[in-house]
Amino acid sequence: MNAIREDFREILRLVRPGSRVLEIGCGEGVLLELLAREKQVDGRGLEISADGVSACLAKGLAVVQGDADRDLADYPTRGFDYVVLSQTLQQMRDPRRVLAELLRIAERAVVSLPNFGYWRVRLGLLLTGRMPMTGCLSEPWWSTPNIHLCTLRDFTSLCDELGVRIEDAAALAEGRKARRMDPSRGVENWRAEQAIFLLSRPGGVQSPRPATSPPRGDLFAN
Amino acid sequence: MSQEKDLSRIGETDGGSIRFGPESTLKLDSGAHLHGLEIAYCTYGRLNAAKSNAVLVCHALTLDQHVASDHPLTGKPGWWSQFVGEGRPLDPARHFIICSNVVGGCMGTTGPSSIDPRTGRVFGLTFPMITIADMVRAQVMLIDALGIDTLFAVVGGSMGGMQVLQWAADYPDRVFSAICIAGAARHSAQNIAFHEVGRQAIMADPDWRGGDYAREGVRPEKGLAVARMAAHITYLSEAALQRKFGREMQRDGLSWGFDADFQVESYLRHQGASFVDRFDANSYLYITRAMDYFDLAASYGGVLAEAFRRAREVRFCVLSFTSDWLYPTAESRSIVRALNAAGCRASFVEIETDKGHDAFLLDEPVMEAALSGFLEAVAQARGLT
Repeated sequence: MNAIREDFREILRLVRPGSRVLEIGCGEGVLLELLAREKQVDGRGLEISADGVSACLAKGLAVVQGDADRDLADYPTRGFDYVVLSQTLQQMRDPRRVLAELLRIAERAVVSLPNFGYWRVRLGLLLTGRMPMTGCLSEPWWSTPNIHLCTLRDFTSLCDELGVRIEDAAALAEGRKARRMDPSRGVENWRAEQAIFLLSRPGGVQSPRPATSPPRGDLFAN
Repeated sequence: MSQEKDLSRIGETDGGSIRFGPESTLKLDSGAHLHGLEIAYCTYGRLNAAKSNAVLVCHALTLDQHVASDHPLTGKPGWWSQFVGEGRPLDPARHFIICSNVVGGCMGTTGPSSIDPRTGRVFGLTFPMITIADMVRAQVMLIDALGIDTLFAVVGGSMGGMQVLQWAADYPDRVFSAICIAGAARHSAQNIAFHEVGRQAIMADPDWRGGDYAREGVRPEKGLAVARMAAHITYLSEAALQRKFGREMQRDGLSWGFDADFQVESYLRHQGASFVDRFDANSYLYITRAMDYFDLAASYGGVLAEAFRRAREVRFCVLSFTSDWLYPTAESRSIVRALNAAGCRASFVEIETDKGHDAFLLDEPVMEAALSGFLEAVAQARGLT
């Protein structure tokens, strides 16, 4: 799962030290622990499984058991600097609403997802006529938690529709270093196995907290 | 206070009772004052030199300070022995564990069955009304007397969880971590309704004598037993009752009468009958009333998050049980929502079990793992070894 670790490395680079971070779908807290250790963030998590939350408790992480499809409304507006949704948006019942909620809760959202437009996925479907199973889409259709897969182009057009600004984006592929990219380019929709986005909403909810700007520009520098 | 406990003389398992002098009366929410307050408590383990390992366990409605040692009246093991003891999440080898009988109780702390020092007679219904916050104030007097400034953890289930929340709201600087199990931030209409049934059962017993039974040398045992029977049902779940008893009979065939034909009847009768041996009817009235009056948000304009505004440094752990219909998960979720809104460090787990509200007293491995993990992480943050 090298690609996943690269994903985390990108998020680590992205997040401003000492910031307030909410990770949704934090599992056993691997990323939150990294963020706390490497970036001294004040981290919180939301996780659906009791086992995951228990594992997080043992790591000293503040994690709440809950369902992102239902419980995001419980979080105060702009209570966080960043909200992180790693490889989870495609598992939500209502990804569109979740995306809007993310940018209510935090100034910036870091979202990573598998790209269903990736060439191996397209080729797999074309040649075998069956649901593709690639590195990051490893489960058969009847057991996959990914119920709302999308392509890079699908995602960027949803962002446009919601008025969400893509501040930065990088492509991730198994075993490779993250590569900064322009997600609107058609070729990236073929090349990127996974994508990670830094999102914000211009003119969105004003933060009640003092304005602090995260580092920008060099987030996904190779 | 009349005495400060000499900590060097506290044994591994210790306790007793502290009586406070006239200079330290307990001011109650009702406006009344309690003079000459006596607090009965148990301790396990030893306070470390830094005084950083003290844990206060807050007990539920009908429990008491005997959290991990045999009960003096029933001889049964402590009510939370599976969580407090050697190798348990709360370990006397590491923690200095304190549990005190709540004010209004009947196991040694001043309550309606105590003697009113002003009259020399049993309080009965002249005992002032008490609240969850009053219980916490009394606990503060105790830990002051024990020389403890900050508690490593305040832990409690059910009514104990209410006290935990009150501690975090009223004394956030004195609480390092707070564990609220199967609790609620307020009593619901259903909670109040069940308590009212219990109280009416007690008051309907002719031996209650308007609360004066002690002076008249009788006890409203029947009423108290019925109160316990009704309440006990709410502590279980439909699934647990079905699993344990189903329609199993006490003996072959029906009695064609009102004997306890069914095992569940016999079980409840036993629960009622054994309860009256260890609990006082007026204490039951007072403590259930304190729970009914509990609404933590009420003093904060109805906004629960405001209650936790000063508790941002407290590490919270909230646990609920799937089959608890007395304090259902929704109650814990609203606590967590408020903690989130206040920017507190909150963790929450809903534990899958069919054992109902009483699951917090039972052997629940997931709960034990969650508590152990949480306490271990808090210990590291607190620098406990």
